[in-house]
Amino acid sequence: MTTLELRSVNRLEGDELHLDDIRLSLESGRLYVLLGPTNAGKTSLLRVMAGLDRPSTGRVLIGGQDVTGRSVRRRNVAMVYQQFVNYPSFTVYDNIASPLRLKGLRRAEVDKKVRETAELLHIEPLLQRLPAELSGGQQQRCAIARALVKEAELLLLDEPLVNLDYKLREELRTELRALFERRSAIVVYATTEPMEALVMGGHAVVMGEGRVLQSGPTLEVYHRPSSARVAAVFSDPTMNMVDVNIRGGEARTPAGLVLPLGGELADLRQGRFRLGVRANHLSLRRRGAADIEIKGTVDLAEISGSETFVHFRHNNLDWVVQEAGVHPLARGAEASFYLDPAKLYFFGDTGALERAPSSLPLDSAA
Amino acid sequence: MARIEFQRLAHSYLADPVAPADWALKELDFAWEDGGAYALLGPSGCGKSTLLNIISGLLRPSQGRVLYDGKDVTGLSPAARNIAQVFQFPVIYDTMTVAENLAFPLRNRRMPRAEVRKRVAEALEMLELQPVQNRRAAGLTADQKQKISMGRGLVRDDVAAILFDEPLTVIDPHLKWQLRRKLKEVHERFHHTLVYVTHDQNEALTFADKVVVMYEGEVVQLGTPQELFERPAHRFVGYFIGSPGMNFMGCHLVEDGLGIDGTELVLYGHWAELARRHAKSRLAIGIRPEFLDISPTPRDDAVPTRLMGVQDLGNFKLVTVRLGPHEVVAKLPEDAPVPTDEAHLVFQPEWTRLYADDRLVG
Amino acid sequence: MRKTESNKAWLLVLPVFLLVAFSAIIPLMTVVNYSVQDIFGPGEAYWVGTEWFKEMLRSEDLRGAFVRQVIFSATILVIQIPLGIAIALAMPAKGWAASLSLVLVALPLLIPWNVVGTIWQIFARGDIGLGGWFVNDMMGIGYNYTADSLHAWITVVVMDIWHWTPLVVLLCYAGLRAIPDAFYQAAAIDGAGRWKVFRYIQLPKLRGVLLIAVLLRFMDSFMIYTEPFVLTGGGPGTATTFLSQQLVKIALGQFDLGPAAAYSIIYFLIILAASFVFYNIMVRVGRGDRA
Repeated sequence: MTTLELRSVNRLEGDELHLDDIRLSLESGRLYVLLGPTNAGKTSLLRVMAGLDRPSTGRVLIGGQDVTGRSVRRRNVAMVYQQFVNYPSFTVYDNIASPLRLKGLRRAEVDKKVRETAELLHIEPLLQRLPAELSGGQQQRCAIARALVKEAELLLLDEPLVNLDYKLREELRTELRALFERRSAIVVYATTEPMEALVMGGHAVVMGEGRVLQSGPTLEVYHRPSSARVAAVFSDPTMNMVDVNIRGGEARTPAGLVLPLGGELADLRQGRFRLGVRANHLSLRRRGAADIEIKGTVDLAEISGSETFVHFRHNNLDWVVQEAGVHPLARGAEASFYLDPAKLYFFGDTGALERAPSSLPLDSAA
Repeated sequence: MARIEFQRLAHSYLADPVAPADWALKELDFAWEDGGAYALLGPSGCGKSTLLNIISGLLRPSQGRVLYDGKDVTGLSPAARNIAQVFQFPVIYDTMTVAENLAFPLRNRRMPRAEVRKRVAEALEMLELQPVQNRRAAGLTADQKQKISMGRGLVRDDVAAILFDEPLTVIDPHLKWQLRRKLKEVHERFHHTLVYVTHDQNEALTFADKVVVMYEGEVVQLGTPQELFERPAHRFVGYFIGSPGMNFMGCHLVEDGLGIDGTELVLYGHWAELARRHAKSRLAIGIRPEFLDISPTPRDDAVPTRLMGVQDLGNFKLVTVRLGPHEVVAKLPEDAPVPTDEAHLVFQPEWTRLYADDRLVG
Repeated sequence: MRKTESNKAWLLVLPVFLLVAFSAIIPLMTVVNYSVQDIFGPGEAYWVGTEWFKEMLRSEDLRGAFVRQVIFSATILVIQIPLGIAIALAMPAKGWAASLSLVLVALPLLIPWNVVGTIWQIFARGDIGLGGWFVNDMMGIGYNYTADSLHAWITVVVMDIWHWTPLVVLLCYAGLRAIPDAFYQAAAIDGAGRWKVFRYIQLPKLRGVLLIAVLLRFMDSFMIYTEPFVLTGGGPGTATTFLSQQLVKIALGQFDLGPAAAYSIIYFLIILAASFVFYNIMVRVGRGDRA
């Protein structure tokens, strides 16, 4: 058992603040998902954790011991990158064996561990091939195997699946989750995709502009984003946001859309709010009596294979509606979509969450 | 603009192909209507690039003919075919301005100046490139460069088709949908025949009216996005389209029904008749995770299964159950009750499909 | 930019630093030292300030050599760069023919410089040289590079073209191979002819390697010494005496170390300034927006 602790870590590069007062405490045997858009500071944070970069100010502690200035070579970490990084002149076998040989393990033991790890990642038949003879997915499996075989106390993955086709990504995600569940290391997995964070589960650390915006069990963060920014980062498609003014049990948008707020929403304070609703909580069909109908013009129907994302325009407001199944809708068509008032998020002036839908399942038992 | 037709078209990179695997493109025979938006979809190595190169004229097929509006163009060079192409990585003329880039194909064809100016202005307006029209193309962002590539096809009125070869590869994710919308808009306004090659289902299904799914050198389905989702013509389409893909279970003919391998479960009704017709083939039942229900309590129409795992993905849940030797995934809405130990699987018969030797039979 | 912060990095740079100090900075300092003193012998040196510099700048010999040098460098650049591009364009792109032509083109680069001079010295002779004989007897031109200044010039220029155009060819060839096929396909689709493909695709894409080729060829030609020394010895008269040869004459021929040192520094500054100007012009050409 060990812990990784970051105490008020800042990192400046030139004049730019890449990490801004990061305070985190990570425990072994757990998976942490760093979620944030490009340039949110995910890679910078991973590099500080690994010891590739030194924080400008602040401390890094492993197992209570200060390792802030210790070089990466003298730390027990493994890292997997976006690019498929393997030794091009080594076979898959030698690639996986390389960290063990560096440690000076005996031959038989190296062989045993290499074969075990290759089996976990389903690349046993490829052990004698060179990286150039593998597909992208197989190359990344090899890189992941090399990181796993080291049995480092800190395993860092920087968007490892981003360069793979989506079907491969889908398969590897599920496999990786199962693999990590059996590890005793601290696993940190950086991604830009909310879906990937949800598949990975564990703990989410949502980042934006070099700061930790929120951290907690992944599902809990998903269901209760602490601010509009977290909600925007942790939603794909991005959560629909509308500025409203609440007065007399009604929410009014500047464009004149009126949403009656009944039931448990009746006690909301008066005044200005930013209203958020996830695309999957909007529907092309009426699902309940309380649903509010909004008429709009179809801008584009994006079809993902098993879902349709309909981009609507209504009085200069853009909405995205997620509907299961494939629904070809012509651009420019007039159509209605429905909003369930029980699924609304309310964010205050500063963007902080004031009210989350009460109907959400919060048994984060997964 | 043209209707594109393939007659007994096939290609092998080998001089002397024997085995089916020697053919990069197995024999195909179909036509794309004039003014349609088509997508060629498949994983890498499925033959879609080979077909693209045959359409554009970079590659001469080993067998068969390509017709544009009934005219045989099989032996013609890309330039002689009047096609335009947008490549994976932006291809622009660095030293020219944006407007000069768009004018280039017209000037090469000695079009009168006034006409060039009119057409370029129209394309600039359509692609929202007026603000940068006098900037050097080299300094622009990737999405603007791809628009320029597209523009060089749009300005011409003699193009038979515009081909897109994975055009969004280098585009920032958050700009992708805007470019997709722009493509749609362009298609609605100009009605060019557009052919879009990609491995990304999202791009193909959003862009195209009709999608050609390719697998191991073969066209396994040509259909609308809805057809690909609801009636996959081949097991590969079921697997490849949709996330997660379709569930398949091997099955066999029993006396008056269709028995699922390794279980006591028998589907009655018209299935027996279908199965009898294909008795010699390898049979499998296919059903999408979206069309399976899981009930925590026993029901008349449900089969008891063993619960393997529940994955809560926020806006939906994936429940994996074991039915005999088969692992089956069901996709449930976010507020559906989660089974804890008992899971009863409900098939929706209208969404259950039967495959014989990987092909849809009912 | 991502850097690991560690002061140990300085230790790694130290050996290179020392090496550069010994190989470049210390000898250069010696030259500076000489250039401001009059040296009669060991221990007998007198401070003269900028006297040598003034004298050298006034010197007719140096001015003459400088003018010849500029004309020579300009001539070979004007010929070698277009010729190099043309040959690179004409070379096959793949197959055995590509390898063969690469080897053939690279051959002159493999020959030591003084051997190049010797080869041409013999080759161009009217009595026993194949080249000289051909021009004299077959073409009926009275050609003699040891007596006629113009003939000597032409011979030196042709020799340099033979020796160094291959370098330009190799650079351009590599640059051309790096252009993706898609660009040629797009040009064909846009109906562009051969000239337009060259003008709008190949030439802009070669900008980077051409910058390097021009810089290398300029610096090298400006410092040319061995080949003309062997071929013509700077003659007839001073017709082919370039800057470096003039320098050697002063330094070793007359053992005037002070003036020679001042000369060296002036020479060095000219090359530096000219390279700087070339570099900046080349970097700007074809860049930036037309406002």
